[in-house]
Amino acid sequence: MSTESQTFTEKYDLLGCIQCGRCTGGCPVTVRADLNVRQFVNDAYDEDKLGQLARLAEIWDCTACHTCAVRCPKGLKPLEVLIGLRSMIVESGKVEPTVRDALQSVLLEGNPWEKPRATRQDWMEGLDVKIAEPGVHVENLFFVCCTNAYDPRVQVTAKNLVKLLNKAGVDYAFLPEDESCCGSEVFTLGEEGLFEMTVEDNTEYLNEFKADRMVTLSPHCFTTYNTHFPDLKNPVIHYTQLMDELIQEGKLAWKGELAKKIVYHDPCYLGKQSGIFDEPRRVLKSIPGVELLEFERSRERSLCCEGGGGKMWVESESKKERLAETRIKDAKELGADIVAAACPFCVLTLEDAMKTLGYEEEMRVAEIMELLGEFTEA
Amino acid sequence: MTAKPKVGVYICHCGINIASTVDVETVEEYAQKLPNVKVARTYSYMCSEPGQVLIKEDIKEQGLNRIVVASCSPRMHEPTFRKAIQEAGLNPYFLEMANIREQCSWVHEDTGEATEKAKKLITASVAKVRLLEALESKEVDAEPAALVIGAGIAGIQAALDIADAGFKTYLVEKTPSVGGRMAQLDKTFPTLDCSACILTPKMVDCASHPNIELLSYSEVEEVGGYIGNFDVKVRKKARYVDFDKCTGCGDCASECRVADRFPSEFDQGMGKRSAIYLPFPQAVPAKYTIDPESCLYLSRGKCGKSPKCQEVCGAGAINFEQEDEFVEFKVGAIIVATGFDPFDASRKPEYGYDDYPNVITGMEMERLVSASGPTGGKVLISNGEEEIEPKEVAFIKCVGSRDESVGNEYCSRVCCMYTAKQAHLIREKLPDANIRIYYMDVRAFGKGYEEFYDRVRRENVRYIRGNPSEIFKRGNKLVVKAEDTLTSTPLEDEVDMVVLGVGLEPRADMRKMMDLLRLSQSPDRFFLEAHPKLRPVDTATDGVFLAGCCQGPKDIPDTVAQAKGAASSALIPLARGKVTIDAQVAEVNETTCRGCGFCVEICPYSAIEMVTVNQFGHEVEVARVNEALCKGCGSCSAACLSDSIQPKSFRDRQILPQIAALGAMK
Repeated sequence: MSTESQTFTEKYDLLGCIQCGRCTGGCPVTVRADLNVRQFVNDAYDEDKLGQLARLAEIWDCTACHTCAVRCPKGLKPLEVLIGLRSMIVESGKVEPTVRDALQSVLLEGNPWEKPRATRQDWMEGLDVKIAEPGVHVENLFFVCCTNAYDPRVQVTAKNLVKLLNKAGVDYAFLPEDESCCGSEVFTLGEEGLFEMTVEDNTEYLNEFKADRMVTLSPHCFTTYNTHFPDLKNPVIHYTQLMDELIQEGKLAWKGELAKKIVYHDPCYLGKQSGIFDEPRRVLKSIPGVELLEFERSRERSLCCEGGGGKMWVESESKKERLAETRIKDAKELGADIVAAACPFCVLTLEDAMKTLGYEEEMRVAEIMELLGEFTEA
Repeated sequence: MTAKPKVGVYICHCGINIASTVDVETVEEYAQKLPNVKVARTYSYMCSEPGQVLIKEDIKEQGLNRIVVASCSPRMHEPTFRKAIQEAGLNPYFLEMANIREQCSWVHEDTGEATEKAKKLITASVAKVRLLEALESKEVDAEPAALVIGAGIAGIQAALDIADAGFKTYLVEKTPSVGGRMAQLDKTFPTLDCSACILTPKMVDCASHPNIELLSYSEVEEVGGYIGNFDVKVRKKARYVDFDKCTGCGDCASECRVADRFPSEFDQGMGKRSAIYLPFPQAVPAKYTIDPESCLYLSRGKCGKSPKCQEVCGAGAINFEQEDEFVEFKVGAIIVATGFDPFDASRKPEYGYDDYPNVITGMEMERLVSASGPTGGKVLISNGEEEIEPKEVAFIKCVGSRDESVGNEYCSRVCCMYTAKQAHLIREKLPDANIRIYYMDVRAFGKGYEEFYDRVRRENVRYIRGNPSEIFKRGNKLVVKAEDTLTSTPLEDEVDMVVLGVGLEPRADMRKMMDLLRLSQSPDRFFLEAHPKLRPVDTATDGVFLAGCCQGPKDIPDTVAQAKGAASSALIPLARGKVTIDAQVAEVNETTCRGCGFCVEICPYSAIEMVTVNQFGHEVEVARVNEALCKGCGSCSAACLSDSIQPKSFRDRQILPQIAALGAMK
């Protein structure tokens, strides 16, 4: 669909809105930021006002958790109105340097972390990783994700996965180093042109590989591929779905016990947005010794960690308690030893919050794959 | 065999509907020159009395024997003009309608082009009308009895009306008692009549009426035949209680070994019942029923030494050997009054209905405030330790209505008012409670509704404009996360109790009824009426009518009004004693029919069957049309490999010249 021919009102179906307030009512950041997304949907109808709206700082408070879109009774995506306003700013070039650099890095290096493409596979060092070749069929094609590839804290997700896949004899291969960012954060930061290019380039690139399915490590890649890439040939799943399968098929054996209380935090991109609630829980429950707890606000009502929506590159001005901190406090109150997540952003924000709160001694934030790596053998 | 065709063409202005786009005078001039046309005229409203007189006089004076009316869709006025030409002595089927309104003037802007198209359409109609044959509609006797399916207020009212008119009525109810949803309600808006007080007399009436045969705990299994002559088969499910012997004393239920263990359907699961039970004290018939799934003896084959109910029943009414029975009968008309399902609040997990006992639905609130309910009418919640009165009460409207995310775009029409009514009832019982109603719009459209809404607000019930997004728990409180959209304020409203104003949904098992009666659904999935405005209780199946919420959400006044409408429509064939069978039906040429049976499979009305006939000394299979069921749709004709089955008035030899006439004109 050509965006030029559409007005802002048409593009975001603003006239479909009945101003019911479910979007703002559900928005997790309203407790700490001045964002009222319903008000934006209402005000954006006046095209003359768009420039003024785009300059409001709160448009950068949205975490793209999509609660507003999931709850909307009329099928609108209120958050995309904010993204539309962001794109006006991005187009004018007046963005935070951090945002500018991240976007430029995606364009030049295929990742938002300002790392050279040449080092994208450094995490594989010392591991026996099977690499995919165009045209050669593989059952499970792995998309590692920029954050898992470069961020030293969450590289363990990919590393443990490789060890486990090797042991379990799974037919798999990781994409070679020319794998590029899925564009999830490019989209939410409002760089429409770059995102459009990402969709085209990645579709062409990924379709060269023959696989039964592509397995993503990050829920952001998972949901972005499933919602914004209509022409992908291979179906896309999240790694927790694959782990769940391997466990059901009895392909993983456990070593030792993890006699801990674990509370699972539903990543917005995996749970709310894609309906994957049970697989990660089943995986955690299958680890011997684990007692699985539940947050009061879990599954469809899970609280966002504020890691998405480009928030990794935009600092919030609010001095109020971060949602990740609320989450960690809730976990502490529950008596959890481990807060488990299945998303690199969630792990980074939750762990940061845990450290800020000074709970390091008594608590741990872990990627599910970290725990699986520690407690499985083939 | 017929006289040379003398065609009259009548071109309607339809005020300016046609005349402002089609140059009717030019069309008239053109039509006069068409072959076989004796006369062509225009008139402002052809369907009006003077317009009809014009046609009738021409028929008599000019000896016309075929008529083309160029006006609106035949759905609109074909019956009008058929009647008119019949009154002038012509066979009513010597008529052809050229639709120059819906298919021409309404969809075109250019007068020149629209006029040319009108000419074409009229040319085609003239080509066809010459070839039409005289048809006679037939009449068959109608069975002077009716079937009403579902005994909620809609079914009860419809059955009572038909029975009062003097006709036998079979009232079939799936559950053990009549009464339906209305029996569960406490008071009714806006007048606050006690629901049971106004309903129970009608329930009793329908059980005692000499013309009503009440088949409770029964389901319709098969329906065959057609209007005036439906063959119905009903399964009377085994109650395991001898209907005639049971006195309704209730000794069985109190002595049942699993007494008060199972969620009572009537109390929305908030109260308990035994395995042998009467759904509610005023149930009609007042006969006990054993639920085979919860009964120890029926589900496990053992109940102590011997079933307790059997031991204590003084009347000897318990009979575990009882089996389902079938009854068969004939009726002339059928009314479907199968009601609705309340929206399942679990489908909006963000409201925590499955997780929090103090988040309840509107139907549950009805039982909670009812004096006959599980708490004797006290509004109580559990705070984890004891039963207490809630101080902070929130209502949420539009739960499962007006919500595309659960596939229900429609408004359920009753929630605004039942919510207001429940707020009023809570205000009466809890004068100090803080009551707020979260709303998107307030729809108080019925008689006395706006006035009631006004009254409730003034009873200090706060209306907050915003549809809440989520409910979670913080300590002992339920947090309603919402936005007050009038002040743009995000809220975390801490309350003790939330009532979800759940909407109405079509019955989950409606498919069965659709298959039995060849009914269809409108986009909201409720049963589809024949016309949204002018045939609101009719269906596409002649002789089958709709009443109540099975056709769409309704309050009680509308339901009763519609039930009365359905009853009066159903009474037409019964009172007349005869039904007219349309003459435009398919006909089989048995000498060329190859007996392949394609048409039988393709017929959407199950109107064709295969029969064996003797042809030249050979037994052969051929198709035969049941003229009462056939709608003349032509599907069979399109499928037939040997052109042996064709609808009258739409035979190949009639429509091919019509099509050719369209193509020949450039």
